[in-house]
Amino acid sequence: MKMVIVAGTPGSGKTAVLIHALKSLKLKNLKSSVVKIDCLYTDDDKKFAKVGVPVKLGLSMDMCPDHYAIYNLEDMLSWAHSNDSDYLMVETAGLCHRCAPYTINSLGVCVIDATSGPNTPLKVGPFLSTADIAVVTKGDMISQAEREIFREKILEVNPEAKIIEANGLSGQGCLELADEMMKAKEVSEEEELRHSAPLAVCTLCVGETKVNKKHHRGILRRIDGFESYKGE
Amino acid sequence: MIDKITVTGGYDKQGNKEPVEEVIIQKGEIFGVVGPTGSGKSSLIGDIEQLAQEDTFSKRKILINGEEPSYDDRTNPRKKMVAQLSQNMNFLADMEVGEFLSLHAKCRGAKNACVDKVIELANTLTGEPIKKEHELTILSGGQSRALMVADVAIISDSPIVLIDEIENAGIRKHDALKVLSGHGKIVMVVTHDPVLALMTDKRIVMKNGGMEKIVSTSPQEKFISKKLNKIDELMLHLREKVRRGELVEDLDIDFLELESSRKK
Ligand SMILES: Nc1ncnc2c1ncn2[C@@H]1O[C@H](COP(=O)(O)OP(=O)(O)OP(=O)(O)O)[C@@H](O)[C@H]1O
Ligand SMILES: Nc1nc2c(ncn2[C@@H]2O[C@H](COP(=O)(O)OP(=O)(O)O)[C@@H](O)[C@H]2O)c(=O)[nH]1
Ligand SMILES: [Mg+2]
Ligand SMILES: [Mg+2]
Repeated sequence: MKMVIVAGTPGSGKTAVLIHALKSLKLKNLKSSVVKIDCLYTDDDKKFAKVGVPVKLGLSMDMCPDHYAIYNLEDMLSWAHSNDSDYLMVETAGLCHRCAPYTINSLGVCVIDATSGPNTPLKVGPFLSTADIAVVTKGDMISQAEREIFREKILEVNPEAKIIEANGLSGQGCLELADEMMKAKEVSEEEELRHSAPLAVCTLCVGETKVNKKHHRGILRRIDGFESYKGE
Repeated sequence: MIDKITVTGGYDKQGNKEPVEEVIIQKGEIFGVVGPTGSGKSSLIGDIEQLAQEDTFSKRKILINGEEPSYDDRTNPRKKMVAQLSQNMNFLADMEVGEFLSLHAKCRGAKNACVDKVIELANTLTGEPIKKEHELTILSGGQSRALMVADVAIISDSPIVLIDEIENAGIRKHDALKVLSGHGKIVMVVTHDPVLALMTDKRIVMKNGGMEKIVSTSPQEKFISKKLNKIDELMLHLREKVRRGELVEDLDIDFLELESSRKK
């Protein structure tokens, strides 16, 4: 089984691009199962279901959606396995740039919106820098020069990335994405993350709502950059 | 070295095969793309810009010198064979004009010295001057268009040039077309303007998302084109007058009447 993890900010075009790629794979008689992770709500599952592939929805509620995705990968894989699928596709919630839920043998796909400004690639973290493929969407809305600069900025952050300029509406570029999916590695029994998730062990994580510093314990970082462990 | 491009027809909006099955454009030719709004003109040149390989709505395929372009040819801006002036009227990138142009020059492997040249050229096409330290996003539609034209002409100097509706931004369209379509290039111009359409060698007529037919500019049209250019010059002259806040006092259209009376 191959696993494709599609990350990217909300509205960047993850679903649109993935749907086109799913259709291409289907034409080649390759079977996919899709899991959509989100926090509270999504209707992406209905869009995927229209393609005619098994879909599962995971809402993380109070848990960080990326941590939730990582924690449940094992179950998703066995579900896809039981569907007799060649591929497990996971669309993340894409709320945080700091987490990159890509595992060593998965195909890490970062979908990034070209209209978000040429400095966006520099702002986002491991979810772009550790991706195998950067899919740039919405190039139809900007000038060729802006697209070329955007591409260069992505390569600054991730020189190894394969960049695919795609259009979520027309499907342009998605054939190429499907080809990359076919070249992906098989996942192993014991997958490992490419990049550690950020430390987030503090009183806020367990539901404290008070704001002032004196109420907090855990691994905490001050705005002046000082990081410390406060606690027992 | 690019001698020709081939556009292999795909499907229109209804999924019917396009009437025109193949278009070959040779080096040095200027092609027009005409048709009603929404008929797929921009989509056609979009396909060429991406060197589409049956992977867009239309399922068209683009060949260079009769062959499929490589992935690198299609994507690496340093090798890019196509320069495109898209229909977008404004920039979305949040940076200064100078910074933007030097970044683009870097992408295209052009010298940084072109930045000043681009601004200088842009300012010959537009009214109020653009300055290096202007924010891109505050430029007017006309200023943005002029800057895009100059950027395509100088920084993205490529053998294939695609131009989408140069006429509707209030810039000097003739001058813009001239700076964009250098000698020996393959040029495609999307236009609603008969003056520009008749300046091309052939024009692709679009309908319902498909290439409906190809019309060659007739000798009669070439002749009419000269007259149209004169009318256009007149209009341009009047436009400048109005823009400067002057009064229009007479209208010199004798050259048109002379032509028709001679024919009688
Ligand atoms: N062959 C095609 N198959 C499916 N959809 C198409 C095709 N060609 C064009 N379209 C769709 O039709 C719409 C209008 O096309 P496009 O923007 O290219 O028109 P246009 O001729 O440039 O119009 P305008 O004169 O207003 O600029 C777009 O949404 C485009 O995706
Ligand atoms: N113009 C344009 N719109 C796009 C493109 N890709 C996606 N969209 C639109 O962007 C919106 C968000 O896309 P979606 O796939 O739901 O994003 P997601 O939240 O990342 O899954 C939708 O309205 C899409 O139709 C593109 O390449 N060009
Ligand atoms: Mg989505
Ligand atoms: Mg158009």
